[in-house]
Amino acid sequence: MEDMIQKKEGLKFVVVGHVDHGKSTLIGRLLYDTNSLPPDKMEEVKRASEADGSTTEFAFVMDHLEEERKERVTIDTAQIWFRTEKREYVIIDAPGHKQFLKNMITGSSQAEAALLLIDAQEGLREQTHRHAYMLSLLGVKQVMVIINKMDLMDFSQERFNELQDSILKRLGEFGIEPLRVIPISAQMGDNVARASENMSWYDGKTLLDSLDELQAAVKADDGAVRFPVQDIYDQDGEKILVGRMASGTLKKGQEVIFHPCGKTAKIEKIKMFGKDPQQATAGESIGVVLEDGIAMKAMKRGEVACGVDVSPNVGNRLVAQVFWMSGEPCEAGEELELKCATAQVTCQVKKISDRMNSSSLEVIEGAADELRDTEVAKLTLQASDYLCTDAFEVVEETGRFVLMKDGDTVAGGVLH
Amino acid sequence: MDYLDELESQSIYTIREAYHHYPELCLLWSIGKDSTTLLWLVYKAFFGKIPFPCMHIDTTYKFPEMYKFRDHWAKEFNLDLQVYTNQEAIDRGVTYDTHDSIEVCTELKTNALKQAIAKYKYKALFVGIRRDEHGIRSKERYFSPRNQKFEWNYKDQPPELWDQYKNETQEDDHIRVHPLLHWTERDIWHYIKREDIPINELYFAKDGKRYRSLGCMPITNPIDSEADTVDKIIDELENTNTSERAGRAQDKEEAHAMQKLRALGYM
Repeated sequence: MEDMIQKKEGLKFVVVGHVDHGKSTLIGRLLYDTNSLPPDKMEEVKRASEADGSTTEFAFVMDHLEEERKERVTIDTAQIWFRTEKREYVIIDAPGHKQFLKNMITGSSQAEAALLLIDAQEGLREQTHRHAYMLSLLGVKQVMVIINKMDLMDFSQERFNELQDSILKRLGEFGIEPLRVIPISAQMGDNVARASENMSWYDGKTLLDSLDELQAAVKADDGAVRFPVQDIYDQDGEKILVGRMASGTLKKGQEVIFHPCGKTAKIEKIKMFGKDPQQATAGESIGVVLEDGIAMKAMKRGEVACGVDVSPNVGNRLVAQVFWMSGEPCEAGEELELKCATAQVTCQVKKISDRMNSSSLEVIEGAADELRDTEVAKLTLQASDYLCTDAFEVVEETGRFVLMKDGDTVAGGVLH
Repeated sequence: MDYLDELESQSIYTIREAYHHYPELCLLWSIGKDSTTLLWLVYKAFFGKIPFPCMHIDTTYKFPEMYKFRDHWAKEFNLDLQVYTNQEAIDRGVTYDTHDSIEVCTELKTNALKQAIAKYKYKALFVGIRRDEHGIRSKERYFSPRNQKFEWNYKDQPPELWDQYKNETQEDDHIRVHPLLHWTERDIWHYIKREDIPINELYFAKDGKRYRSLGCMPITNPIDSEADTVDKIIDELENTNTSERAGRAQDKEEAHAMQKLRALGYM
């Protein structure tokens, strides 16, 4: 038990796929078969299912909103904890409707891995393709493909092979190589927690055993040093830059360059309440005090302390792959707020190119005037101020941004 | 970083974001283990000097041990403590003896909070809810807007990704900020142990009973337990299969009660 407690926070995986391909049912089944559901919760699900006139509906474990249960559809993303003998997991349920793509993205953006679910009968559908592509944009690299409802296809190996071929081909186009492709029936429990007797032709692991193969995301302790300034606190005459290490390891006494201001400074102190740290690594929320110098005068939220070895990109013109998540389209020429790490600038959409359907990946227009909900395009943005960014592959936190309108996020962007 | 460091760091980041964007904010301190843990995280985020008030919405039905604990630690942490009660409802005779618990919750918690926000003009509130507490809370965002009527538009929540939160509100809206959203009950107790956070005595077993979740006295029931230390509580939780809020009556009165309470502005 002690080992379990010492380990990392639960590994987070998201379950995605087309509507009605059985995402919520699979999660309910997984929890049920691992005895993860408290008796009173199971009781609540049974009662709600009966009131609704159906046999126990596994999907109700995740679908808690009245509207979700009545309409039998997941509207918003939810999270639930469960554990195997090996470790703890956080399962993120994501809605399968195109209309709720923003909720699918909200859920997937927090995931270290994904299960892409495909209905054996229906095969690859519009949201299967779209979700697969979104995973690649969000940088979720660990993917397992789950072919569900095998019972409806008489557990046919032929059907499984056919679907496996098409999904592998599709995912290969975005550079995703799934760890496994598993035939299951969430409703009956085949290959979820127990090996299926109906599919003796499948000699791979069950889904539950496969989960233990997923790797926890590793913080980039050895990456380029990036410390985005979140705020400045003035306490007892001491100016403390607070923020969270985005990448790398920052050491007391180290020389850094702040971007975009370009000023050099030396780290006098690293502060964490109740500690006297000599260094801070990626993911840690810290305070930093600089040695006296001119840099402090230029300091403000949005400046990024960078190591002198790997320089970021500093500029006011960005070209990025952008996915749009609002019913109100993006129009060429309009102004939006851009937030990258802790920096916020106003920017103008200068150009929309390669406007694309995020499911079929067909280019709708080479040069476009607008970008609509769920579509993806290459945007050229002119910012009101200089920004410190990186390629997503170098530093994730400074290689991605959101666009906001009236205080709400309407799009996400990735810099390559 | 171990996993508790990761949970802590994420919460501190969220806390500092909220303070940067909404300086007119306060922490809702219910005196329970979660909001007390949140208070501790806030204390750490600001290096021991909390720059905003902490508010206790007092239904007047809390346990005497809770009031004692509140007053003692408010002094120790040097808190700017605000206590608010919906006196008008109490004067009107709203009690657990005469009204059903959903009505009392709405009057003495939700409406009290509405009045307090109107009085102090807060734009944001820190609330110590967690996703694992209830299916409905599992659908929450870190930054969750509420309009003046406190309605939660759960069917159309703004997307939230990469720790970029909503940083603007309409005139009369406020934002609920949930820095503990990603913690579980067990995480909270492991953290309480590691950080030695003061926790109300009601959580520890006496004569074979303890409280696992604290609410108003008439609708909060203790569980059978021998766990009288933090270690024993952790041990108990590692081996239990009952949900945390099983002792909270208002969650169960009818289907979707929690959703209805939350849509109306319940915490």
